[in-house]
Amino acid sequence: MLNGFIGKKSNRIKNTVERGLVLRFAEAIQDNHPIYTNEKFGKESRYGKNIAPPTFPIVFDFGTIPDLKLPSIGLIHGEQHYHYERPLFVGEDVYCYSEVKDYYEKEGKNGLMGFLIIMRYGEDADQNILFTEKQVVIITEAVRREMLK
Amino acid sequence: MKRLWEYEVNESLKEVTLNPVSRLDLIKYAGASGDFNPIHTIDEEALKSGLPGVIAHGMWTMGNLAKLFTPYYNEGFLEDYQIRFSNMVFLEDILTLKASIKEKNETDMLFQIYVINQHGENVLRGSVKFRFV
Repeated sequence: MLNGFIGKKSNRIKNTVERGLVLRFAEAIQDNHPIYTNEKFGKESRYGKNIAPPTFPIVFDFGTIPDLKLPSIGLIHGEQHYHYERPLFVGEDVYCYSEVKDYYEKEGKNGLMGFLIIMRYGEDADQNILFTEKQVVIITEAVRREMLK
Repeated sequence: MKRLWEYEVNESLKEVTLNPVSRLDLIKYAGASGDFNPIHTIDEEALKSGLPGVIAHGMWTMGNLAKLFTPYYNEGFLEDYQIRFSNMVFLEDILTLKASIKEKNETDMLFQIYVINQHGENVLRGSVKFRFV
């Protein structure tokens, strides 16, 4: 159903690892370590600055893949994989985009399930990759039918 | 505190048990992450989607699990953090975060990681590759 989207990419969006957002995010996952939020601790750390938690990129805007319309409800997040070249630094700009890497369907116990593989990328200003993110999104038979309407 | 580097294969990090999942936890995560899908916060919307009640954001649980490694960031960072969601997390669930060492070499350490609920079921599992720097 979504095979035509394989290889399609979004536009590239500039995001900033904002200090206030990192603080709020660290609080929300109850990880109140000073490496994220205390400036003095960050300066004296091996990174020389504060860093962001590994799942922080959830707050970033990864752009929009043209014409890919997914329902906001009913999708199942099956898998998540982050790969980092280094931690993200508080205050830095990260350029983000996403890509439909693959789509396939498999017969499951509740009918035909769709598996959508989305890759997301975060780069520095010189287009060096800082991190990648792979998401496996499962589209159930019921949601597939809705989407085909 | 023992350095991460001093751990050996088959040892486990000190596990962490979270407070029972509360609606406020999920409201805070919705605000911090920008994921306002109402199945995570509003009962009626969860029921409408065929769920027995609101469920935690999978990424909330994944975010929590990473804190097992936070004390060791002065030795390195999470190069790979990979998980598969296997069961839903409901309000009042009591989750325990676990990590054990599978492999170790000069540059990195490979962990098996998982989160179990109060019934002993895995809600997510996966692996972490910790890179020493």
